[in-house]
Amino acid sequence: MNSGRGSNGSACIVGAFEHPTRKAPDKSVAQLHAESAAGALADAGLQHSDIDGYFCGGDAPGLGPISMLDYLNLRVRYFDATELGGASYLVHVAHAAEAIAAGKCSVALITCAGRPRSEGVAVGTKPAVGNPAQPDRQWEIPYGAILANMYGMCAARHMHEFGTTSEQLAWIKVAASHHAQHNPLAMLREVVTVEDVLASPMIADPLHRLDCCVISDGGGALIVARPEIARTLKRPRVKVIGTGEAVKGQMGGMVDLTYSGAAWSGPRAFAQAGVVPADIKYVSIYDSFTITVLLQLEDLGFCAKGKGGSFVADGNLISGVGKLPFNTDGGGLCNNHPANRGGMTKIIEAVRQLRGEAHPAVQVPNCDLALAQGTGGSLGTRHGSATLIMERE
Amino acid sequence: MNTAQGASRKIPRPEMNPETQPFWDAAALGKLLVRRCLDCGKVHWYPRSRCPFCFSGNTEWQPGSGRGTIYTFSIMRRVPVPYAVAYVTLEEGPTMLTNIVDCELDRIRIGQAVELRFIPCEGGGALPAFTPVFATDFPSVAATPTAHP
Repeated sequence: MNSGRGSNGSACIVGAFEHPTRKAPDKSVAQLHAESAAGALADAGLQHSDIDGYFCGGDAPGLGPISMLDYLNLRVRYFDATELGGASYLVHVAHAAEAIAAGKCSVALITCAGRPRSEGVAVGTKPAVGNPAQPDRQWEIPYGAILANMYGMCAARHMHEFGTTSEQLAWIKVAASHHAQHNPLAMLREVVTVEDVLASPMIADPLHRLDCCVISDGGGALIVARPEIARTLKRPRVKVIGTGEAVKGQMGGMVDLTYSGAAWSGPRAFAQAGVVPADIKYVSIYDSFTITVLLQLEDLGFCAKGKGGSFVADGNLISGVGKLPFNTDGGGLCNNHPANRGGMTKIIEAVRQLRGEAHPAVQVPNCDLALAQGTGGSLGTRHGSATLIMERE
Repeated sequence: MNTAQGASRKIPRPEMNPETQPFWDAAALGKLLVRRCLDCGKVHWYPRSRCPFCFSGNTEWQPGSGRGTIYTFSIMRRVPVPYAVAYVTLEEGPTMLTNIVDCELDRIRIGQAVELRFIPCEGGGALPAFTPVFATDFPSVAATPTAHP
């Protein structure tokens, strides 16, 4: 039923690995990248010597691909260090697929890793550090603009314009916790209720502690390969059929926090894939905060703008209960958020779902079409957005 | 009433550069500047030398009215001294990131009219911030920028 969809059937995700650690004080960041890479190669059934393309983001230590390719001792013919914060890895999959289609490489490795938990980086609430060459941050840092209150402002405006409630936002966390209970590696496995979320301390109005994601060490890696190579491997094939990317900011002062860059990256990915939101069986949605999920679901067209609150309520995102199962690993809200970058794990769980390898309690039946959505930076100021649509071949 | 929350929070001095130094020099003297494009006529935020709308380099600093309305805000609670960040839509058009100060934090609302205040930075300089105007007859458009003649 799905053959021939999309114009970018030129690459498959053939290897995916989520590093099991959640706290790694005894490992280096480069080591976590390498361990993740080894895991993805083993998953794919490929060798170190098969890799001829490499992709990394700003979490790669040193001089990006220069340091990492030397550390990993890889001699590749194509690389890309596009930095889009937590959304980087979704862009890397898109760019790897394009590079493969262009004949620039055949087996691309993408890695992500970091140790913010061991290093004590409370990224959501710590004071930011400025740099005079950065054009934007001098207008923000002195005001105490940090991630939590910038996302708080998005939530406050959404509530003001559309009547969204804290209870509705809390349902996003509740759904994530229902999934995380089945993930032995998840940092927060306890099922929580709407009341639990509302009773947790207020961090930045209207976001409570349980509206925020976890801080964890860890990492992950993916292998994207030419279809001819994918067909020689034993793993189920996950085809990349649609990709989109965008950057949205303050637009010269025409600030509108009611939508995210997903409103631009999403339609690009859907158009390329030749599918519509109603076709999607499973979604991985970047979940730095509950409001992040709500905005992106609306922007991707899973519900109308402003209707996200009622859409996510009453368990609609819980696998086996609602209409749109999301983040069945527990996501950033409950499972992990390696390197403060949730894009990698979003792709990995979507791959598990498409392979039928998610936990049986959360596996979506006949999951042949999935979407992963990432944002990097801050929805309250400026951010990158990337959308990936994948199909089981 | 928490009147000192703006001043008692340690505020780092902005990391200015040659393009933005005139703004911060004026702010240190209690004056808000905005950047207007002389070709398309629009004021943008944050200020830059080249108009982000029409990309003309024909822009100049002008005194800002210092009046606006709160587009959104968030009160940071998980800190020793809670404070309010906000986006304020200026009378001149654009929306700027700022703080709401000199008021009870729990009385801040989206849509409130606000007027200019300056809050001192550590080591000199000052930040333009805003405080709610609770009068109901606040004019939406000012004939002249009276805050900084």
